[in-house]
Amino acid sequence: MKNLSKKQRKMLIRILLSAILLCIIKFFLTEEKSGPAMQWLLYLLPYGIIGWDVIFRAVRNITNGQVFDENFLMALATVGAFATAEYAEAVFVMLFYQTGELFQDYAVGKSRQSIAALMDIRPDTANLEREDGSLEEVDPEDVEIDAIVVVKPGERVPLDGVVLEGFSALDTAALTGESVPRDVGPGDSVISGCVNQSGLLRVKVTRICEESTVSKILDLVENAGEKKAASENFITRFARYYTPCVVLAALALFLLPTIALTVLPASSLPAFLAATAWTDWLHRALIFLVISCPCALVISVPLSFFGGIGGASKCGILVKGSNYLEALAKTETVVFDKTGTLTQGSFSVTALHPSGSFTEASLLEYAALAEHWSDHPISVSLRAAYGKTPDSSRVTDVEEIAGHGVCARVDGKRVCAGNERLMKQEAVNWKKCELPGTIVHVTADGAYAGHILISDLPKEDAKAVVASLKAAGVKKTVMLTGDTQATAKAVAAALGLDEYHAELLPADKVEQVEKLLTEKRPDTALAFVGDGINDAPVLSRADIGIAMGALGSDAAIEAADIVLMDDKPSKIATAMQISRKTLRIVKQNIWFALGVKGVVLVLGAFGAATMWAAVFADVGVAFLAILNAMRCLHVEEFRL
Amino acid sequence: MKKRYKLTDLDCANCAAKMEAAIKKIDGVRDATVSFMGQKLTIDADDARFDTIMQEVVATCKKIEPDCVINI
Repeated sequence: MKNLSKKQRKMLIRILLSAILLCIIKFFLTEEKSGPAMQWLLYLLPYGIIGWDVIFRAVRNITNGQVFDENFLMALATVGAFATAEYAEAVFVMLFYQTGELFQDYAVGKSRQSIAALMDIRPDTANLEREDGSLEEVDPEDVEIDAIVVVKPGERVPLDGVVLEGFSALDTAALTGESVPRDVGPGDSVISGCVNQSGLLRVKVTRICEESTVSKILDLVENAGEKKAASENFITRFARYYTPCVVLAALALFLLPTIALTVLPASSLPAFLAATAWTDWLHRALIFLVISCPCALVISVPLSFFGGIGGASKCGILVKGSNYLEALAKTETVVFDKTGTLTQGSFSVTALHPSGSFTEASLLEYAALAEHWSDHPISVSLRAAYGKTPDSSRVTDVEEIAGHGVCARVDGKRVCAGNERLMKQEAVNWKKCELPGTIVHVTADGAYAGHILISDLPKEDAKAVVASLKAAGVKKTVMLTGDTQATAKAVAAALGLDEYHAELLPADKVEQVEKLLTEKRPDTALAFVGDGINDAPVLSRADIGIAMGALGSDAAIEAADIVLMDDKPSKIATAMQISRKTLRIVKQNIWFALGVKGVVLVLGAFGAATMWAAVFADVGVAFLAILNAMRCLHVEEFRL
Repeated sequence: MKKRYKLTDLDCANCAAKMEAAIKKIDGVRDATVSFMGQKLTIDADDARFDTIMQEVVATCKKIEPDCVINI
């Protein structure tokens, strides 16, 4: 009772009241006691209580030209039942209809609420730090860029920003579905909507409320309903023809036999007409009217998609519209970008091959020292592998040779670190490395010290992705990369991808995707997965563009159709499972509703269905379809 | 211009579909969606005549589902 709205509570009282009255009249004030005329009046009371608003709306909508409206159909059917002296049935049908509507209203409200709760990640206040160091609680909308806010343990980060002071673990579960907290310290960027778990953080705001991540995400999910799926459009179009057709059939079902009964002499009547009165046919026609209501069909489809999108966002997967969820379920080709998507996108030293008298440690030390001043990702990874802070006083005469590498004096020795071209230039006796990746050759005083292999490692869960995608129904997995053939081949083999295309420029990637689009089977979709950087054209060209690692990346949120909040490729398979489940439920609902309605229509035409069965075919089916649709919200089985 | 409006008391999914179809037919409306689950109307219409178009939209909705209010 408590969680019903005022309107719903009123309706519940009306339902109970008229149900009690109906029972009293049915069992205690029977026709023998009150007489036929009195019966009519008696039943009018519960009928009025339960159905006045339906009758009122029917009349009002008719004057507005809305003929095949649900209220009108129910009103006509029950008034007709009344006219043929089926009083109890008329009241019961109206009662059942209203109960169904109430339940439907409740269920829809409930599923809206559960999505709203899911999206209740918008922080209400921010603790703004004043110039004198005092704190003031303000609306996040009033906080400007570069202002300093303090986030206490247990609070949500109100706006995107950078940590100035403090260490803490942030719970990103609401945004990413990821349960492992993220550690942050000074210099790290934090994203609005995360919950601060342990320490006090002083954060410098980098984005105003409107542009903050949490606002963007909420906006996206709230407006997902704008893009409707084909099955959603199908069912509304179907409803547009279904209702008038069934109403016309009802008219024919009543008129044709009635005319035949009056025109033809009793002796020449066909078997199915003999021994029937015109009121029987009217009754059958009224059953048709009840079944003709389209709402059960129409509501279950958007509700399922709504649930599916909500369930996906629980897992940190944002879907921009029902149509994308539908397309994802049909996806048979998945194209991946390599760097940042399947691989970590950061380089690390994966092998050290010293030559002659050099050791692994000395090889690395020379390289790290020589590359000491460079900001190139390769140099950064060398220093990271070296571990210690290079002693800059040991390095002099640094000379960067573009496209070749670096030469410098380390402890007075001339050290060169670079690619094959540099080795040729230095004319040393260098060796080729057979492993794929970026190779840094090192020489010291003209002697070859060996080489260091630097490569981009696949993400931890990348290996499982291909298998789980295949299990979810994907036929072909393709990797596109700007990297060398050798690297691409190694990654593709390690991950078990079906196809790879290497040494592609961004424009070539679009071309490859277009080629793959023509190769796929019709009625299936192609998804492209990228990290949202530099691949916006490809994301928009594919049937479904999936951007990953979107926390903090606006470009990705803008360009993609589906956004994965963290950068785990395994989420693609999760998204696919959710989409398939949603589509399965949508199909079940469509066929179930159409099937039951069809059966009752046929039974009704032959006089084998009662009006009770007809109401079940309408509201009962809607009830079951809604319960089924609510299953879309449950995604626990897919969470990692 | 694209604008979004909240709807109150949009109680039936079929009415939402009917409203959407009717709004799309209004002259000057490029695209419109009525989301039953989101209780929201999204409309894309001519900038110059937006206000007059909205008046027509409100009138149309009133006809189809008099209980439903567009919160402008």
